[in-house]
Amino acid sequence: MDYRIEVEDLNVYFDEAHILKDISINIKKNRVTSLIGPSGCGKSTFIRTLNRMNDLIDSFKMTGTILLDGGDIYDPKVDVVDLRKKVGMVFQKPNPFPKSIFDNVAYGLRIHGIKDKDFIEKRVEDSLKEAALWDEVKEKLDKSAMGLSGGQQQRLCIARTIAVEPEVILMDEPCSALDPISTTKIEDLIHKLKEDFTIIIVTHNMQQATRVSKYTAFFLNGEIVESGLTDKLFIEPEDKRTEDYITGRFG
Amino acid sequence: MKDIGEFLIEKGLLITAFLSIIIILLIIIFIFSEGLPFMESYGFLKFIFGSIWDPSSGDYGVLPMIVGSLGITSLALVFAIPLSLLCAIYMAEIAPKTMRKILKPVIETLAGIPSVVYGFFGLIVLVPIMRIHFGGTGFSMFTASIILTVMILPTIISVSEDALRFIPHEYKEASLALGATHWQTIKNVIFPAAIPGIITAIILGMGRAIGETLAVIMVAGNVAQFPTTISDPVRALTSNIAIEMGYATGIHYSALFGTAIVLFIIIIILLVVANYFHYKKKITIGGGYL
Amino acid sequence: MNRIISPKNAQKIMKGVFWASGIVTIIILLIIIGYILIKGLPVINLEFLLENPIDSGKSGGIAPMIVSTLIITFIAVFVATPIGVGAAVFIEEYTKENILVKLIRLGSETLASIPSIVFGLFGLAFFVIYLHMGWSLFSGGIVLAFMALPTILQVSEVSIIAVPRSYAEGSLALGGSKWQTIYRVILPAAVPGITTGVILGMARAMSEAAAILFVVGSALAMPLSIFDPGRPLPLHLYVLATEGISLDNAYGTAAVLVLLILIITVVTNTVVERYSKKMMGR
Repeated sequence: MDYRIEVEDLNVYFDEAHILKDISINIKKNRVTSLIGPSGCGKSTFIRTLNRMNDLIDSFKMTGTILLDGGDIYDPKVDVVDLRKKVGMVFQKPNPFPKSIFDNVAYGLRIHGIKDKDFIEKRVEDSLKEAALWDEVKEKLDKSAMGLSGGQQQRLCIARTIAVEPEVILMDEPCSALDPISTTKIEDLIHKLKEDFTIIIVTHNMQQATRVSKYTAFFLNGEIVESGLTDKLFIEPEDKRTEDYITGRFG
Repeated sequence: MKDIGEFLIEKGLLITAFLSIIIILLIIIFIFSEGLPFMESYGFLKFIFGSIWDPSSGDYGVLPMIVGSLGITSLALVFAIPLSLLCAIYMAEIAPKTMRKILKPVIETLAGIPSVVYGFFGLIVLVPIMRIHFGGTGFSMFTASIILTVMILPTIISVSEDALRFIPHEYKEASLALGATHWQTIKNVIFPAAIPGIITAIILGMGRAIGETLAVIMVAGNVAQFPTTISDPVRALTSNIAIEMGYATGIHYSALFGTAIVLFIIIIILLVVANYFHYKKKITIGGGYL
Repeated sequence: MNRIISPKNAQKIMKGVFWASGIVTIIILLIIIGYILIKGLPVINLEFLLENPIDSGKSGGIAPMIVSTLIITFIAVFVATPIGVGAAVFIEEYTKENILVKLIRLGSETLASIPSIVFGLFGLAFFVIYLHMGWSLFSGGIVLAFMALPTILQVSEVSIIAVPRSYAEGSLALGGSKWQTIYRVILPAAVPGITTGVILGMARAMSEAAAILFVVGSALAMPLSIFDPGRPLPLHLYVLATEGISLDNAYGTAAVLVLLILIITVVTNTVVERYSKKMMGR
């Protein structure tokens, strides 16, 4: 039982548009899995299905099953709120709240009913350290998070996510809005985080996929063309389309 | 090389643009030139803090009316703020599409009903109900504040709804993704971020309440005295002008313009406060001050 | 977790509270409109609409009041629209954000917040007394135009801003002059929004009583010219109700007023929607 997430025959529609077709994939525990593919291929829709963020969209419809630790996350009995505690998410654009740095990280703890001040302070510090941001912000925890640089904001969002101790962290192109130096910092962070978390990362950047992930899935037009060990997929792809994409002969 | 026609059009448009400044200046000049000399000769403090208004014996103390206006308005805000903020949040966050489609015209219509009709409704329906349940004549500060509550609902609802919608969707996603419930997200993220806009909404509602005349006259009882309970009759500043202007002459006439100056100053204060928050809202968008 | 109410229960309770607030708002409107229409519609018939009032409004109709309302509303819109739209065009197309624009905005904002009774005082002091015009529908119309001006200006500004810059660039690139571009490209695209603004101003003018209380007089006779005194519907309703002249006729007048406003809003909304759809080729 080393799969954290098992997806079987997933189909997703927005109104009539068929966005994801017959997706089946298993995500291993405490590994990093990259999802690559051209824009509009459905990778973002896919990870937003894993924490049910698509529920916010009226026209969203799906079939198939998604199991988290063996339990169906779309079971009517499942509480979305509990699910999202277990499956955290980091967004493409850093989206800190217009609150202080401290309050941003403490937010998730507070909404889950934790009132113990010392505990919250400790957890905020630990999370910021784990997100490699502590040294840069420890002097100004009460300052607005909006004053941080883009890269710092994104690491803050990661700290905010790990503070609630999820099992899975979804990352939707977390570096696409960042400069190369910030990107390197986030990639280092991902390496560190995989000890404790299962990470699924959507990326446009194939080098990034090879740098950070053990497994990779290649999405095209709403289907998974190929998935498996990153090394194998990039060195000897089985599918012609994968080969075209990774060698840049595509589109 | 500019065409002469183009030139004339530009100058013509410039004049239209200037007209709103000219009109406001005209109004200020005519109100102040009539009211200020009176206030000076009668005494500013005596006028504003005087507690007796009795034109027949030469007493022109406007304080009971200031208290009346502020009393009715505050009471109306107490009733209107909770309902309208709940309704604004409902429309911005919770209501399904069909309910939103129903509520939007409902609120537009509430805003469009003439104030005299509100006053008439208050007079015919509300005053008798008050008389039966709370005793007295039924004409009171309380009755007036209920009518004003309904009148300022649409203002506060529509402006706060705008403010709430303006909050970036990313905040909401971030909060939900952390496992917050929708209500926690509204309470801790969306609402606090919208506060500057909501304050603007409340001040606009307040301005409408203070400026309302005829609807208030029709239900407030209009006695120029300090109220001791909310079921006492009161007279608002606006009512004072409307009731007595019809027959006022001489000093009395000028004293009513003085009343208008007081009203004018209250409105200007509200405008300044509203602008202050509006200003902050703009920084929030750019740099974030919260 | 020593909470009295769990987050999930709080969520359920608040959802109920929010729904209730929306429904209460709808009910308030239904009660008011329903009451006025139920009491007022039976009073309305052709006689009521087409005849002069008898015995200061105790019986008879409200024809002169309808005519007075139409006259002052028409004057208000006729005067305020070109000024408001012109000012909006000037601010958006002919100048940059500078001190002048700030002043104009401040002026229009202040104008919008002045209580209607202060407009009434001004109308009395300026038109009736200073200009020796006496009580007249014309003066009332102008006062209402001043009141409607900020609404029309602000809405027109927003509608002009909303017109994509590419439209103007397209026209200018073809050698169109600035005014030609504004007149033929920008304004037509902004018409739906501007119309909505004009209607808002119109509805406001039509419902106003306090601002014209001391300006239009209170004549019951049919006005023969725009310089005659008159008594528009809201004023008539105010007098009927407060002086206890005739409750029935007050209901009838209130219902006519409410219906007028409802019809105008619904008709414009529909027309504006059609027009925008046609423009966008939908």
